[in-house]
Amino acid sequence: MSSSPLANLVNQTAELLATIARLESIEQLREAEPTITGKRSILSALQKSFGALAPEERKDAGAQLQDARRVVEAALASRRLELSQRARAQVLLDDGLDLGDVVVSDVRWPASIGHPSLVALTQRELEDVFVTMGFTVSESPEVESDWYNFEALNIPPAHPARGLWDTFYVDLGEPETVVLRTHTSPTQIHLMEEAVANNSLPIHSVMPGRCFRRDTPDSRHLATFHQIEGLVVDRGISYADLAGVIETFTRAYFGPDIESRLRPGYFPFTEPSAEFEVTCTICRGGGCRTCSQTGWIELGGCGVLDPAVLAAVGIDGEEWSGFAFGFGIDRCAQMRHEIADMRALIENDTRFLGQFS
Amino acid sequence: MKISLSWLREFVDVTESTEELRSILDDLGLVVEGIDLIGEGLEDVVVARIDEIRAIDGADRVRLVVVDAGHGPLEIVCGAMNIDLGDHVPLAPVGAVLPGGFEIARREMRGVTSNGMLCSARELGLGDDHRGLMLLDDVIEPVVGVRLLEALSITPDVVFDITVEGNRPDAWSVEGVARDLATRLGRALASPSLAEPNGEESSASFASAGIDAPDLCGRLTVSVLRHVRVGPSPSWVVERVQSAGMRAISNVVDASNLVMLELGQPTHPYDAAHVANRTIQVRRARPGETLETLDGVERDLAKAGRGLGDTGEDCVIVDGDDVVIGLAGIMGGATSEISDATTDVLLEAAYFDPMSIARSSKRHGLRSEASNRFERGVDPQLGLRAAARFVHILRESCPELEWLRDPLDIAGSTPTPPTIELSERDIERVLGVMIPNDDVITILRGLRFQATSSGDRFSVTPPTARPDVRSGSAGIADVIEEIARLYGYRRLPRHVPTWPEPGGLSDRQKLRRRVRDVVVDLGAAECWTPTLGSDADFDLLHPGVARVRITNPLASDEAVLRATMITALVRAWVRNLERGTGDVVLAEIGTVFTHPDATPTPRMTKGGVSGSVTLSLPQENERLTVLLGREDDDATSAVAFWATLAERIGLADVVVRSSETATTGFHPTRCAQLVDRASGAVLGWVGEVDTVLVDGVNTSVSSGRLGLLDVDFDALCDKVRATRRSEFAKVPSRFPSAVIDLAFVTPTSVHAQDLAFELRGASEFVEEVELFDVYQGSNLPAGTRSLAYSVRFSSDDSTLSEKDVTHARRQLIARAELLGATLR
Repeated sequence: MSSSPLANLVNQTAELLATIARLESIEQLREAEPTITGKRSILSALQKSFGALAPEERKDAGAQLQDARRVVEAALASRRLELSQRARAQVLLDDGLDLGDVVVSDVRWPASIGHPSLVALTQRELEDVFVTMGFTVSESPEVESDWYNFEALNIPPAHPARGLWDTFYVDLGEPETVVLRTHTSPTQIHLMEEAVANNSLPIHSVMPGRCFRRDTPDSRHLATFHQIEGLVVDRGISYADLAGVIETFTRAYFGPDIESRLRPGYFPFTEPSAEFEVTCTICRGGGCRTCSQTGWIELGGCGVLDPAVLAAVGIDGEEWSGFAFGFGIDRCAQMRHEIADMRALIENDTRFLGQFS
Repeated sequence: MKISLSWLREFVDVTESTEELRSILDDLGLVVEGIDLIGEGLEDVVVARIDEIRAIDGADRVRLVVVDAGHGPLEIVCGAMNIDLGDHVPLAPVGAVLPGGFEIARREMRGVTSNGMLCSARELGLGDDHRGLMLLDDVIEPVVGVRLLEALSITPDVVFDITVEGNRPDAWSVEGVARDLATRLGRALASPSLAEPNGEESSASFASAGIDAPDLCGRLTVSVLRHVRVGPSPSWVVERVQSAGMRAISNVVDASNLVMLELGQPTHPYDAAHVANRTIQVRRARPGETLETLDGVERDLAKAGRGLGDTGEDCVIVDGDDVVIGLAGIMGGATSEISDATTDVLLEAAYFDPMSIARSSKRHGLRSEASNRFERGVDPQLGLRAAARFVHILRESCPELEWLRDPLDIAGSTPTPPTIELSERDIERVLGVMIPNDDVITILRGLRFQATSSGDRFSVTPPTARPDVRSGSAGIADVIEEIARLYGYRRLPRHVPTWPEPGGLSDRQKLRRRVRDVVVDLGAAECWTPTLGSDADFDLLHPGVARVRITNPLASDEAVLRATMITALVRAWVRNLERGTGDVVLAEIGTVFTHPDATPTPRMTKGGVSGSVTLSLPQENERLTVLLGREDDDATSAVAFWATLAERIGLADVVVRSSETATTGFHPTRCAQLVDRASGAVLGWVGEVDTVLVDGVNTSVSSGRLGLLDVDFDALCDKVRATRRSEFAKVPSRFPSAVIDLAFVTPTSVHAQDLAFELRGASEFVEEVELFDVYQGSNLPAGTRSLAYSVRFSSDDSTLSEKDVTHARRQLIARAELLGATLR
């Protein structure tokens, strides 16, 4: 076996490992790589010398050489990682800047003109209309329990009305117990619970916020969207007050020539319930493709608070009554600005963003 | 639900125009989503025979066809290739107006005159086929010159596509819609023709039925029909079923469907020969049982589902051998299906518990016309009436049909309609207007409620068809909604309420607006990036961290709730850069989420069935993230951005403190914490985007430096953590002030802002201390740099003397020395 080409393999391997350990930079490593594991390396040379061996010898030698190569390659990889980390650490060190030493008055930056998001802008305009009418503005979290999103709103599990909302479920513990809220209505429950706990009725509030429905996005729908709801709980509140508030809002936001009308609808948390429609803003009521020639566009839902919902949060329905309404903020923006495809809202193309101020 | 006008007219005399009717239905809450005009535009179309087909010179896509439509040869240019001599096809002559308003004119093509148009099924609104002309020989025995409407026995009709709300199962039928219409229009509601049992034998002598789960099956009726001959339905039945969008199958199945469409009661016909012991029994399914439903799918029964509180309960129909033959109210089994050989039929018409049907239907992913109705609540009293209607219809095609006497009728438990007491005052309280007593009674009786009035009080009991009407105060609301609906929402008055409590924004909302305005003023375009992202993006900044995952995402890269907005803003910036619009500042104010296992402060809230347990939900944190991507932006512009923002929102003193440990997403040696001096709270981070992150988002982009600011908006809103500047204003001294410059060689460990803070407190005369230069150089000792401050001294009482200034200067130098800084 003295003629074996691998007689010196142990020493040769040790030598390669020592070479690797002496590499001090990524550049050195890159330069040396061909002579360590590449075509110009001793490992490759040994491989070539196998041609003279008998088949079974060749197989045995091949395995030995493969083992050696694996050891060398591993050492090289580990050295490469070490050196690149060291290099990055050095780069970071050289690049370091103590931001506490920034002389703010010396900072010169290019002028650029900012633009608010259309959704934020629309939300603010809507809030302002309602604030002028005497409403406060309330908010609550985006992840909710099934209880706040559905059951407290008179929609028990498996209720067919749940089909109205395609729900994203959050994977936490028991299946289907936590959801991304499908509407801002949970805020209403939180508000009423707080008012009962603090003995602070009445409530006159609107609730804007981000909601989620498992709808495939298209030109009129996004799976993530924004809604604003309103809630009034007070003494002597009736359907007439609801219709009056909707009408006033419609004129204040869309303009004096836009009217509203209500028609019967169904929501588990209001009774009587209504859908509200406004004069089509495209044709001003004359009839066009957008409104299917009806002159009206459906904007949202509303109704007198269902006694069961009041009871669920412990409000005395004999003394207090109220109403709720809700509609899409993005939808209002789309109508107002005649945005052909709602998906433009989430693309963050500055050419789109730059149109709003 | 599709309902034809002709069908409605069998129940109520409708004379209104189509548009009037649409408006009335809408106002009743029966929203018309669409209107199909059957036969519209076909008035002038006639049957024509093809007598000659000739090529046209120079045209290979069209040919000249000579037809006869009863008035001699007519030349027509036609592109269809599916025709032969002698075929009969529809001809729209010159002047005809086809569906959709397309008017046929005489046209010249390739030097030939075309005198009309030969039509495909789609062009006539009679089907989807547009591969060639409609070949009439395939469907009828055509006669040349006859009007197509007559040839195909099409009666012009109007079909309304109506959406019925979930709380109105009673309206999910022709009769139900007609009942609302009749009440609104003040007209009579007709009843359909019904059959009587005519068999000598009693039903019990032939079949048996029973309920083992009375809570799931409230009523089970089984009718025995003998001498059935399965065949095609009469044409009016086929038309009716098709007008509703269903397929005609056979006289038995069509009759069952027609009854469901007309009255709202789903029925199920079984072939008696394949029901063991001709027994129909209702019970709960047992674990391990299976059923092959009519759609050919093998279903595991009584297996708990994923729904909240879903125990897996299934209500099933079993035969005399206790073998499952149907999933009650949802779909029958394959074994007992009606076939051409069927002669005896067991017709089941039952009432099932809506919630049980809803759960089973959801769990098995199986919706049928029947389950949609049962899960909303079918009238428990409707079964035998539906059977009588079924027999009446089937008898037309099976005159020898025998309906055995005394149909089997087993009662389980059904909800008892409540009796609701309410007063005129209640109605006024909810609607804001008095509704005349007589109107209330007329409306309720028209809807088949029992209603009596005495004085100003009403006593009302809904029919069994109205399970949506509850008892007690909720029931009062339900009854009032019906009164309002039929009275007309548009007739109700409007009133704008006022209240003494002021409206307005909370401090948090005002601050958010202020922050947004400042950020925009400083040149940022506000973005809306996705709340839901991919695992890969999450791992870029939070590898190995517990994440909040969506169980049923729309796409796998929209499955995780974001823990930061930095990644998405970088992505948005890269996309703009690729469009050549990367010279921008992008900002977002939004919510990020932390898994309850990854935070010491998860949100605790009420959850579970009936809100009976406490759940740990993700912690939600509102943040402001700003990415400065303009040509010369870097960490220093981010610091300046922050300094302006902090000033504009009135923060007292926030130190930009470089940190040994960087936060994720930031350049490790070019980032700093924003620390409130008084509270010590971290309000956020400022610096540059980590280049590793930009590479992770898009390796092909060479980004240069990107300034980055990431602020905890919740902390900003918290007046304990984010200390506000005092609201008390100071009037500047009227006496001249003295300004001196002081430069200190300061150890790098001493923060420039801390030194300024100390200098401010070192003398009563200090009005302002401002850093104006930082110098590093080899002529300074290692580990130090020179910080130069401009110091303004003044006194409220007098002009400062040179001695005062010298003394104050000495005090400042002494204070600086305490921190290891020496005057340069």
